[in-house]
Amino acid sequence: MLAKRLIPCLDVRDGVVVKGVQFRNHEIIGDIVPLAARYAEEGADELVFYDITASSDGRVVDKSWVRKIAEVIDIPFCVAGGIKSVADAGKILELGADKISVNSPALARPELISELNAAFGQQCVVVGIDSYFDATTGQYQVYQYTGDESRSQKTRWLLLDWVEEVQRRGAGEIVLNCMNQDGVRQGYDLAQLSLVRQYCQVPLIASGGAGAVQHFIDVFRDADVDGALAASVFHKGIIAIPDLKAALIAANVEIRP
Amino acid sequence: MAEQTNKPQLVIVDTGCANITSVFCALERLGASVQISADPAVIRAAEKVIIPGVGTAKQAMANIDAKGLRSTLQQLTQPVLGICLGMQLLTEHSAEGDVTCLGLIPGQVAPLEAKGLRLPHMGWNTLQVESTALQAAHPVLQGITAADYVYFVHSFAVQPSPYMLASCDYGSKFAAVIGRRNFLGMQFHPERSGKVGARLLQNFIQLDAQSLRAPD
Repeated sequence: MLAKRLIPCLDVRDGVVVKGVQFRNHEIIGDIVPLAARYAEEGADELVFYDITASSDGRVVDKSWVRKIAEVIDIPFCVAGGIKSVADAGKILELGADKISVNSPALARPELISELNAAFGQQCVVVGIDSYFDATTGQYQVYQYTGDESRSQKTRWLLLDWVEEVQRRGAGEIVLNCMNQDGVRQGYDLAQLSLVRQYCQVPLIASGGAGAVQHFIDVFRDADVDGALAASVFHKGIIAIPDLKAALIAANVEIRP
Repeated sequence: MAEQTNKPQLVIVDTGCANITSVFCALERLGASVQISADPAVIRAAEKVIIPGVGTAKQAMANIDAKGLRSTLQQLTQPVLGICLGMQLLTEHSAEGDVTCLGLIPGQVAPLEAKGLRLPHMGWNTLQVESTALQAAHPVLQGITAADYVYFVHSFAVQPSPYMLASCDYGSKFAAVIGRRNFLGMQFHPERSGKVGARLLQNFIQLDAQSLRAPD
């Protein structure tokens, strides 16, 4: 049976791994390659590297670390951040990444998704979506440029419309970052993920809110996501991946031991 | 021939697809001498050949023809491993773009019949090694059990056939590993399948060309 995936997420800023709380106040966690190697060794099923400053700075970033990861890591990994064109994506894939993930540039120019699909195939194209629940309107709103507090802004897209649009354009996977839950470790947004699951025919990855082993069990059981992404619980050693996997297996979630 | 002492053990065929680096790095981690090439002479001289590939079958076959490699690949006599799309190219025909493939292993590539499960089939899944009284498990699968997971990413698959050495189930059964004579194919990505994948690649590197027992 296809296993559910556990995906440590490494936010990369200026060549080091950082972690913020609700996308703000970043603190340095450590160097990229040793952390990636440790997670692969401990049983992570996949890794995601987000260059969180790339889109918001509008600069060309040094991606030589992608090749260093490819040399060391024997599990799949995805790179996100500042990929605005087929040429940008091609460079990342040539450096050894398995998938590329687009977020703000796809909101700025949705045809980017179709172009990436045509150039590299659906399996390479991940779309990251930053979604915020606006309690005053009762709506899930899509945000962009969330890597930079001063530029983070609401887009014209409501979440479910954008979820349908990115699939129509050829996304192979969706990572849903539930902003209200990000970094606060109170659990994944099960209501939102269950809702999106009904509209998402491609693999869906939950992101934002993991704080305890039970949160992972809940998100796989209740929201039927294909993977669960988390950062601080892994970076801070709150949950060890082998312990998490054992608990999920005991809870009858299909997991690669 | 004296110059053969320096020849690379393994040559990865440069099919013009984007994921060659990960295959190259995985083989280097295993200590193999490896080179990427689209030169027919280099490919022919290799001890073993790997055909990687992501993207579509139509595009990959077009790249192979543009580089003039179709007949070179078809005439190889050393062990050859096709990975993912590279495996699909070893068969006769792919429905992905309705394209004639290399025709080295009988079989057809069709859309994966996921029976309502989500596509692409993306993630870690288990292998079922196929063996019968007539056909023992292939040496490339030595040490692999039904408890081992490997990493798949695909929407098209080779349909089950007598050349299927291992299968996987995702809505329906499809060929995860195929083989005929010196030609082998793996639908999953051994270069991204952790220790199990490394074992499979190591098995391939150590494969004795004379020992291939795939049905033909």
